[in-house]
Amino acid sequence: MELLDIKGLQIEFPSRRGTVVAVKGVNLTVRPGEVLGVVGESGAGKSTIGNAVIGLLDPPGQMSGGEVFLKGEKINDLSYEEKRKIRGRRIGMIFQDPLTSLDPLQTIEQQLVETIELHLKLGKKKSRERAVDLLHQVGIPDPEVRIQNYPHQFSGGMRQRVVIALALCAEPEVIIADEPTTALDVSIQAQILELMRKLCREKQVGMLIITHDMGVIADITDRVAVMFQGNLVEEGTTQKILGNPDHPYTKSLISAVPRADVRLRRFPMVDYIEKEEDRKMLLDISTHWLGQGRDFGKIEGPLISVKDLVMTFVTKPAFLKKNRQSFNAVDSVSFDIKQGEVFGIVGESGSGKSTVARIISGLYKPASGAVFFDGTDLTQLGSEKKMDVFRKQMQMIFQDPFSSLNGRMRVMDIVAEPIRFHKLASSNREVETIVTDLLEHVGLGRQAAVRFPHEFSGGQRQRISIARALATRPRFLICDEPTSALDVSIQAQILNLLKDLQEELGLTMLFISHDLPVIRQMCDRVGVMKMGKLVEVAETEALFTNPQAPYTQELLSLMPKLDKLSHKGLDVETS
Amino acid sequence: MENIVEKSRIARILDSDIWHSFTRSPVAIISSIVTLIVIFSAVFAPFIAPNDPFDLVAIDIMDSSLPPAWEVEGDPRFLLGTDDQGRGILSTIMYGARISLFVGFASVIFSMIVGISLGLISGYVGGRTDAIIMRIADIQLSFPAILIALLLDGVARGLVPKEMHNDVTIYVLVFAIGISGWVQYARTVRGSTLVEKNKEYVQAARIIGIRPGTILRRHVLPNVMGPVMVIATIHLAIAIITEATLSFLGVGVPPTTPSLGTLIRIGNEYLFSGEWWITIFPGAALVILVLAVNLLGDWLRDALNPKLR
Repeated sequence: MELLDIKGLQIEFPSRRGTVVAVKGVNLTVRPGEVLGVVGESGAGKSTIGNAVIGLLDPPGQMSGGEVFLKGEKINDLSYEEKRKIRGRRIGMIFQDPLTSLDPLQTIEQQLVETIELHLKLGKKKSRERAVDLLHQVGIPDPEVRIQNYPHQFSGGMRQRVVIALALCAEPEVIIADEPTTALDVSIQAQILELMRKLCREKQVGMLIITHDMGVIADITDRVAVMFQGNLVEEGTTQKILGNPDHPYTKSLISAVPRADVRLRRFPMVDYIEKEEDRKMLLDISTHWLGQGRDFGKIEGPLISVKDLVMTFVTKPAFLKKNRQSFNAVDSVSFDIKQGEVFGIVGESGSGKSTVARIISGLYKPASGAVFFDGTDLTQLGSEKKMDVFRKQMQMIFQDPFSSLNGRMRVMDIVAEPIRFHKLASSNREVETIVTDLLEHVGLGRQAAVRFPHEFSGGQRQRISIARALATRPRFLICDEPTSALDVSIQAQILNLLKDLQEELGLTMLFISHDLPVIRQMCDRVGVMKMGKLVEVAETEALFTNPQAPYTQELLSLMPKLDKLSHKGLDVETS
Repeated sequence: MENIVEKSRIARILDSDIWHSFTRSPVAIISSIVTLIVIFSAVFAPFIAPNDPFDLVAIDIMDSSLPPAWEVEGDPRFLLGTDDQGRGILSTIMYGARISLFVGFASVIFSMIVGISLGLISGYVGGRTDAIIMRIADIQLSFPAILIALLLDGVARGLVPKEMHNDVTIYVLVFAIGISGWVQYARTVRGSTLVEKNKEYVQAARIIGIRPGTILRRHVLPNVMGPVMVIATIHLAIAIITEATLSFLGVGVPPTTPSLGTLIRIGNEYLFSGEWWITIFPGAALVILVLAVNLLGDWLRDALNPKLR
């Protein structure tokens, strides 16, 4: 018998601009001991399904049709009080952010014991025994001691384990996990997924796992449901969906997932969700505006050379110097980037990779060390005027497309700002021509110029950022996690665009990412960072096939295995 | 994306959430209508006031202390009665509101300029500069605003020659009220600036090479103005009240160009001799104006930040 049975689920969000149907007639079932993955990109309605099942739809959202059965019992029209009893008792929940799903003012013991007492009606002593046992099951070492700790005393991965223990503590029949590993690093993600898989099997719990990440799907699920714009477009075994998808959306979604095992020339058919405006194809760099003023002359040695970079952050400020505490976010890092090369830096969160980018771009002043740009030490320049010459040659693309554009300016003014500041055009009319041309060049229509950033999607905003970065006619581009906030299909488009631009303009790039498969697709050489130190620098191919440093080997081994994914229609680069 | 033409500014305002919230809030509509009526009648007082209370030729001492028109001894020429010198109360209120509103708006603008600039600098530069500006703000906050205004007014009276007193008092008043209110703006703007300066669009501007002054003016300032407008609206009400208080205490604008506060003080002396209208009507006008502006400010705060409710 089905554990969880969702029939014809329809969810609407009425607003003053009309009703948005977020979920349209979705049917799903979860069996005991089975992991069902719901995959889709942002706005597909996947999280809304999870919230509807547990009766926690954000107002004004409402279920306008369909039924939800838990073990044959209809639960969608229960009263609020009855639904509350089901939540936690019969349906466990795991949310994305382990930091906010635990109460910071209560110890783990208080939170676990309270929940167990409430739902299982056990005595205090029995509850505590059970809590310790649960912590042991989810792999927390020393549970007798750790149970007395507060959430902030656990690391992110450990905290998510506690959340899983909390979800399991009332012996639920179904667990709904909404992006359970999105906030975690790869190495921790692998452990958590394995744990969830194991517990699900052992306890014969049904699990509904909602995610955007194909790696998670491939790792843990038995069956997959693919959501697209509120519709369930395809459902089947994980093997079938990943290896031989039928629906065109699923096909394009799978082809857009970056692989660690092969390097593609370009990502194929990726415009299912967001059509790319016809990009002006390969331009003649010798006559185009972007090509002018680029005669930098031939350079000897590397374009960028970083020497013994150290960056210190004060963690405990104090009036007296001796009382201050600090740590080295970047610790004697040295590397070279050759002209025309894409150099990648990969590392987990807190490894200092973004700090390196910000030092090179001049946003941070390093505690010691030097950054040479074409032989000039940027850290010793002193005056703003002297720095401007180099700023023009060096631009940066940021991670968060929603905060990297000033919401009060029109796109025209955003892209025109660097041109006006560096006086790269003689008249206003010329500036406008250049801006519209740039916008067309990054795959946005010319109408984009008169609109405001909030009218665009994340991917389109990232294109605006790229246009702004190109507007100074740079020869060196720093990309700091340029696609980590984007959906896979949009990510594929942006990566294609960056690849094209790099080829056309002969750009040198520093590409920073936590995502190994993306690094593999983009970079010629890669540096691996751990806790502020550069542990290995190697050619991309060599790094992926024959990693030297133990940390690199570990990172590679923990990567989600995507070998089940279909290779159909991929444009593989052969070396 | 094809057919989108540039939306005009008005079209964007009419489509915005804030306009939508405005049309759904009777309190906001009524209070803004009341505020507009007061502002209108104050600005156009010379054209619409029934009589000119400052034209010595038109004033007749025989008309003095007349009760409102609906009382037995009332005169239809003076709807709300007259004061001891025969000036129509309605007209003096309209002229008085001119002074009150001028002092209110001018001191709010003065506060905003000082407070926003210091707040931007404090938040963006940080470190010592920030510490010094914020400590000055803390010190000032420990004195009541009215005390600072009184102090400044007293100092100004000592410095300025006696014959110029009447000409400069109003500007001294603006300065005194303005300077006592900058702290709020500085603190709010500093907080928002700290958030905005770490956003990536500010970093992008720095990488382009834009100088700090331009970044603050072009990028940070427009993004911190939301809460500032809320404070400004509520501050306007406070400034009008402060001016009235100072004038009531006799250190505000001179009786030759009376504000609402001065009118209330003058009338106060007649309250117990039965001529209640001389002080009640200016007082009521002040209450209505301040209440309307305050409600407008409250609504604006809720509309801009629904989470604050």
